[in-house]
Amino acid sequence: MSQFDSLTLWTVILGLALGSFTLRFAFLALMGDRSLPDWLMRHLRYTAVAILPALVTPLVAWPSATGGLPSLPHLLAALVALVVGFLSKNIIAAMGAAALTLYGLIQLIG
Amino acid sequence: MPCTTTKSAFWRGFRDSAPFILIAGPFGLLFGVLAAEAGLNVLEAFAFSLAVFAGAAQFTALQLMQEQAPTIIVLVSALAVNLRMAMYSASLTPYLGAAPLWQRAFAAYFLVDQSYALSITKFEANPEMTTPQRMAYFFGASGIVTPLWMGATIVGALIGSQVPESWGLDFVLPLAFLAMIGPMLRTPAHLAACFAAVVTALLAAGLPYNFGLIVAGLTGMSVGAQTELWVERYKMQKDVSG
Repeated sequence: MSQFDSLTLWTVILGLALGSFTLRFAFLALMGDRSLPDWLMRHLRYTAVAILPALVTPLVAWPSATGGLPSLPHLLAALVALVVGFLSKNIIAAMGAAALTLYGLIQLIG
Repeated sequence: MPCTTTKSAFWRGFRDSAPFILIAGPFGLLFGVLAAEAGLNVLEAFAFSLAVFAGAAQFTALQLMQEQAPTIIVLVSALAVNLRMAMYSASLTPYLGAAPLWQRAFAAYFLVDQSYALSITKFEANPEMTTPQRMAYFFGASGIVTPLWMGATIVGALIGSQVPESWGLDFVLPLAFLAMIGPMLRTPAHLAACFAAVVTALLAAGLPYNFGLIVAGLTGMSVGAQTELWVERYKMQKDVSG
């Protein structure tokens, strides 16, 4: 049932291990106690809040469960996850509320 | 007695990290389950968590591999998710930069959202801490989350193959990411970055090789940085005139 071969998998694991460690170590190793240029820090601050939504958006807009057709339960569950997470600052609460929304709506509609 | 205080700094970090059990446990479990569903065996899933040790990047890579994205896109996207680690590393350097290189190398491996958030808060509030105490605190703060993440991955991978497909776990990952994004949206600039990334991702979804992800990510980052500048300028003007 594997959809990708193990060469791909191990390339990704090793590449990510090396790359992640480099990102984590680069400044601790080399920088001493100088700080990075402002413009660079300013962009780095927004990587997570830009890349993660960019990754999730197509998965929500065209969910694989419906074969890529837009689906109200998936869309609403996604909104609930984001909004509850934003308001409560509690990841587990956000996940729980979103899962309830998704399964509740699927039971109701389907 | 510097030895005693270094030791107590370690246990202090250990205790402070306890609430993160609630996050690292379930998410490690989830990674194991999704890895098993994607066809990884227990050893492969464990090696993934051990070698990479970065939740969001691992989930990203797993998702893109299942979409048959080219390996280079998988690597670039997952590393882009981890770019924030470079920022963490840079911002901890003034506090940990004086420690021996081997200690800094170990610290780099253990650098994740949780250990960073706890440590930077502690170091800023307690400027009198010595470098060995800071290192001890940092390692203490990683002492629960790290083994838990690895262990939960193994358990998840073991039970993953027994989870029936009808549970619809394919949508758990997008929901998990969204739940993680919510608490990160602390300022107008974070909100603007997120919004711009979503809109661009929708418009650029047709690009080949999952290239839309990179375009949308870069757009979001630029919009976030630019918004931060605008907000700062606006505040400065208000301070001057008011």
